[in-house]
Amino acid sequence: MAAEKRVVFRSAWLPWALLTPQIIIIAVFFFWPAGQALLQSLQQSDAFGTSVEWVGLENFRNLVNDPTYLTSFKTTAVFSVLVAVLGIGISLLLAVFADRIVRGATFYKTLLIWPYAVAPAVAGVLWLFMFSPSIGIVAYWLRAVGIDWNHLLNGPQAMALIVMAAVWKQISYNFLFFLAGLASIPKSLIEAAAIDGARPWRRFWTIQFPLLSPTTFFLLVINMVYAFFDTFAIIDASTQGGPGTETKILIYKLYYDGFKALDLGGSAAQSVVLMFIVIVLTVLQFKFVEKKVNY
Amino acid sequence: MNYKTIAVASSVFALSLAGTAHAQTDIQWWHSMTAVNGEWVNDLAKDFNASQKDYRIVPTFKGTYDESMTGAIAAFRAGNAPHILQVFEVGTATMMASKSAIIPVGQVMKDAGVPFNPAAYVPAVAGYYTAPNGQMLSFPFNSSTTIFYFNKDAFKAAGISTDKPPSTWPEVVSAAAKLKASGHKCPFTTAWQGWTQLESFSAWHNVEFATKRNGLAGLDARMVVNSPLHQRHIENLANMSKQGLFVYKGRGNVPEASFISGECAMINTSSGFYGNVAKNAKFAYGLAPLPYYPDVPGAPQNTVIGGASLWVLAGKKPAEYKGVAAFFNYLSSPEVQSASHKRTGYLPITTAAYELTEKSGFYKEKPGTDVAVTQMIRKTTDKSRGIRLGNYVQIRGIEDEELEQVWSGKKTAKEALDSIVSRGNELLERFQKANKG
Repeated sequence: MAAEKRVVFRSAWLPWALLTPQIIIIAVFFFWPAGQALLQSLQQSDAFGTSVEWVGLENFRNLVNDPTYLTSFKTTAVFSVLVAVLGIGISLLLAVFADRIVRGATFYKTLLIWPYAVAPAVAGVLWLFMFSPSIGIVAYWLRAVGIDWNHLLNGPQAMALIVMAAVWKQISYNFLFFLAGLASIPKSLIEAAAIDGARPWRRFWTIQFPLLSPTTFFLLVINMVYAFFDTFAIIDASTQGGPGTETKILIYKLYYDGFKALDLGGSAAQSVVLMFIVIVLTVLQFKFVEKKVNY
Repeated sequence: MNYKTIAVASSVFALSLAGTAHAQTDIQWWHSMTAVNGEWVNDLAKDFNASQKDYRIVPTFKGTYDESMTGAIAAFRAGNAPHILQVFEVGTATMMASKSAIIPVGQVMKDAGVPFNPAAYVPAVAGYYTAPNGQMLSFPFNSSTTIFYFNKDAFKAAGISTDKPPSTWPEVVSAAAKLKASGHKCPFTTAWQGWTQLESFSAWHNVEFATKRNGLAGLDARMVVNSPLHQRHIENLANMSKQGLFVYKGRGNVPEASFISGECAMINTSSGFYGNVAKNAKFAYGLAPLPYYPDVPGAPQNTVIGGASLWVLAGKKPAEYKGVAAFFNYLSSPEVQSASHKRTGYLPITTAAYELTEKSGFYKEKPGTDVAVTQMIRKTTDKSRGIRLGNYVQIRGIEDEELEQVWSGKKTAKEALDSIVSRGNELLERFQKANKG
């Protein structure tokens, strides 16, 4: 390995001054709230915060003893893997196609980017309407082909509904990154392969896909975080965690317990657990998946 | 951002009025009433403001019930809570437990020297908002209860008499079977499944939903909703569901739309649904009391209330509390109460208001509007006075989750009810522990 060329600041304070804005933002928007959550997870208080009691790890014990909380882990795993894999897969496919179009490319790309501007709750309601068992147009079509769509009582169908809404919402974001990634791959590489007789499929697997791996890796992390944290509005607007608890993912339970049921200690404990899960997942991804990434 | 816009809008509004309202004390009132009911709230404030010169009630819409409650709690912590907050019935135990954040209504009235007689209120309403020591904690405002609606056109098409709607569950089942035979896809459905099929069901049959008088007598109440009668009812509904006589349409008030559209012919839901039906149903409809099991001794008893009450938050100036008392005094007059009842379909909450409404001939003019009232204006028992539990919002959630598993055939009625009891009791124990001080 060649020795890295390092540029070193002469001044002692300049690098710190340049970093300060970033540090302040992280402190205010991450460390402070995260610290608050940690403190609250060790407390139990009434809704107004007039009587606060330190309870140690009791909020966590309550969680561990709650069987529905444990099933919620499984639900979350299924949901986030589906959202990340489908979201990345579909948008990669769309990006590769969009990259090949010559005429009307801007129009096509603009259409694909649109859903990103839709608020999660609206996305939830939109899909809910299409699939509503009594009035939904898609539910009506499904019935015509013999599928009895009723996500109100059918768990897997409810899961399918929220995965579709969550993926649809995220495709635009992934698509943009893949498109930019594809644009940065030198055309000469692909042309050289084409001259050597490699077919499009082969060119994709041997050139584009490996060179896209930094983008794919980045999106994997982002999509996991998205599925874990940003999807409660979709669920609140569509299934509300039902039927039973089949679509009650961790973040929705946290939102419900904290903001609807005002159980602040319990929901703070859940947010601490969630924070650790995502930290561990991200570290694991950087440790193991990143090794396969070519920068 | 939302709050900001509202804050800016209301301060602009306040400034524009400042010229005329120099010596007035402003009283902030946060509520969750939308559309027709939002206009009602604004009119109440306007009429009160016009009736005297010392105080000005400023009503502000703060989102749904849970949103306005969360908002008020955040505002209280930041030191700028409203004077009056409208809280839904499931939030009652939470408010009661926050002793230093609220001032009991009885206290507010006494301090202001305004006469206030809790006995004037309908027992099932007053009892709900009264602490075990007999003090009334919040001011009953918009109360509703669970009733039964049916589609008269669908009944006629199925050859069922519309003069004598089904009053018992066996009759509901046979009516549903006839409706299904006549080609109806959704004979019966229910909104608010926990509230209608477990909570109100318990009071209506005079059986306990939870111990300690359903939680009214103390925080050590525990759920007992897995009795043989409860099991029998949920099993009955599960069988109806299997035969396509009962079609599950979702949580909360979502199923109501399927009655309005004509898809479902019978529904159990809130009496507050009346306004919507009267305005939007394109068919003849009827209102009837909640069905019951005729072989259960003591049934039908009375149903429990839903809706909301007004809470007075602590930390304001004494002069402002005098204004709150004056406003509540205004709201208590039978004339105002009766007008509100006729306008909204919410219950008349004092006996005098009910009598006044009856005298005006309103119930004869609009048949069925008295169903909810007659279900409520009865002598209550310790088992039927009301249900008030800690962590109630989560318990409602558990009821939804477990009942859905019965309708989908994953659990038997007994398994689901046992699970409601054990999961609910855990929450009750936790609430008791957190609020023992």
